[in-house]
Amino acid sequence: MSDHEYQPTSKAGKWFNDRLPLLSLVSHLKDYPTPKNLNYWWTFGGILTFCLLTQIITGIVLAMHYVAHADLAFGSVEHIMRDVNYGWLIRYIHSNGASMFFLAVYIHIFRSLFYGSYKSPREIIWIIGILIYLLMMAAAFMGYVLPWGQMSFWGATVITNLFSAIPLVGESITTWLWGAYSVDNPTLNRFFSLHYLIPFLILGLVVLHIWALHVPGNNNPVGIDIQKPSKDTVPFHPYITIKDIFALLVFMIIFAGFVFFAPNVLGHSDNYIPANPMVTPAHIVPEWYLLPFYAILRSVPDKLGGVILMFSAIFILFILPWLDTSKVRSAVFRPIYRQFFWILVLDILVLGYVGAMPAEGIYLVLARVGTIYYFLHFLVILPVVGYLEKTDPLPINISDAVMSGSSNLSIAKKDEKKV
Amino acid sequence: MAKNKKTTRRDFLYTATYTIGAVGLGATIWPFIDQMNPDKSVQALATTEVDVSTVEPGNSITVLWRGKPVFLKRRTQEEINEARAVNLKELKDPQKDEERVKEGKDEWLVMLGVCTHLGCVPLSNKGDYKGGWFCPCHGSHYDVSGRIRKGPAPVNMEIPKYEFVDNNTIKIG
Repeated sequence: MSDHEYQPTSKAGKWFNDRLPLLSLVSHLKDYPTPKNLNYWWTFGGILTFCLLTQIITGIVLAMHYVAHADLAFGSVEHIMRDVNYGWLIRYIHSNGASMFFLAVYIHIFRSLFYGSYKSPREIIWIIGILIYLLMMAAAFMGYVLPWGQMSFWGATVITNLFSAIPLVGESITTWLWGAYSVDNPTLNRFFSLHYLIPFLILGLVVLHIWALHVPGNNNPVGIDIQKPSKDTVPFHPYITIKDIFALLVFMIIFAGFVFFAPNVLGHSDNYIPANPMVTPAHIVPEWYLLPFYAILRSVPDKLGGVILMFSAIFILFILPWLDTSKVRSAVFRPIYRQFFWILVLDILVLGYVGAMPAEGIYLVLARVGTIYYFLHFLVILPVVGYLEKTDPLPINISDAVMSGSSNLSIAKKDEKKV
Repeated sequence: MAKNKKTTRRDFLYTATYTIGAVGLGATIWPFIDQMNPDKSVQALATTEVDVSTVEPGNSITVLWRGKPVFLKRRTQEEINEARAVNLKELKDPQKDEERVKEGKDEWLVMLGVCTHLGCVPLSNKGDYKGGWFCPCHGSHYDVSGRIRKGPAPVNMEIPKYEFVDNNTIKIG
């Protein structure tokens, strides 16, 4: 919003702002016009910012006590748990924080899928978001390796071996990633370095994500453009800030619930056994947030094919804005897409479930059906439904949708027809 | 604001919210500060027992306690007399030699071997005072009781908490 004209009242403020328009930026963020019909699904952007900062702060603290060496890493983590003042708390916040971060990011992504926030003119926001998601997965994976327990070691072995599926150069690439002939001390050391780097890359992308958002402004539950800012929007502060803070507090209660009452429920007890290159745990699974992709990997009875399909499942999201052919953004007015949306949610949950189960029998069948449907949704259903679907009439403006006297949007929509 | 400054229900809510918020924020920040303090494994090393049976009068040994050197000097009677003959008015940080040793164990000076100026380790039997110490970093001279006599250091070298477990064993810390 480059047309923003702001003049500080104080002389010192004006002097400073003429040289570095930081106060103009603050003013822009405060007054940023926000659709007045945003619901609580829109509070996850703020929650995710909180999650990133929490991970960075707790991570910096943990790095003060952690030792990135194959012989000392496991012991140093136990040292954090037992000796360091509040070390147990800070580590549990960090490890559960990763899960909470992914929980929030999944809600954020599905919010975007439901309300069509990835569509024109917000494609760049979406693409930056998927890049952030990719980096989050890389950071989470490398972070999981650092405690150097059994799951760390074998998770690192399995994931790095994915690259050995690449024809001709695969083996060399894997050896290069390891810096040894297996996952070993050099691997741990570089993973620690990269694990420290990635959050700051994410932070940079978050700035771009928000910058790109502030060009067209927020999408909203009815998915139509702002007609008249004075009628359709409210200033970000205090309206959205207070709503975001309330949602954040609820989120923090759940977060604290995990940290204080069930800190290990999302992890695997095998990771409290020091890494042993001689013995693989009987049942090896990634963290819950990577399970759907793990299920896709295992559903293909071919090494290279599985790897390609797994990476495709993520990379397909980059072209999503062009796969969805419908001009209507919000699923509220798309009766057919709305149903497929929920089937996709179910499909991904099923994939996640079978990803945690052994790759045999009915689970393998389910994984294959789930995988096929996943790609079917993006490659066939989305383009076709966009053409064939008869969408419900859209409200004329956001204000009408809100002021129709009901918070239920489908009723607001019917009222619209009478007008 | 209303013209009459009556306290409203809303004022109470604001104050209560800010108070709880400030307490919560403080309770959240504290662990992140306290984690940098010495942890339990460091505290567990906070005492060191030293066998001093082999130290002859006039000699000293140095042991490591909490990552710092501790001088254990077995002084001769001559050195003790000298330390006690000093006029307190001459001292920068006046302290009697008797206050720096355990009663009945006058020959033992147990002292943190760290210059009180900027933390270097002073050299034994160097400097202007016989049997004393000299800090090579910035030239502080200490006497045979470890008291600062000359140079930039502000106070005498520190006496740590210690006790005699038996005649031959000193427990520092």
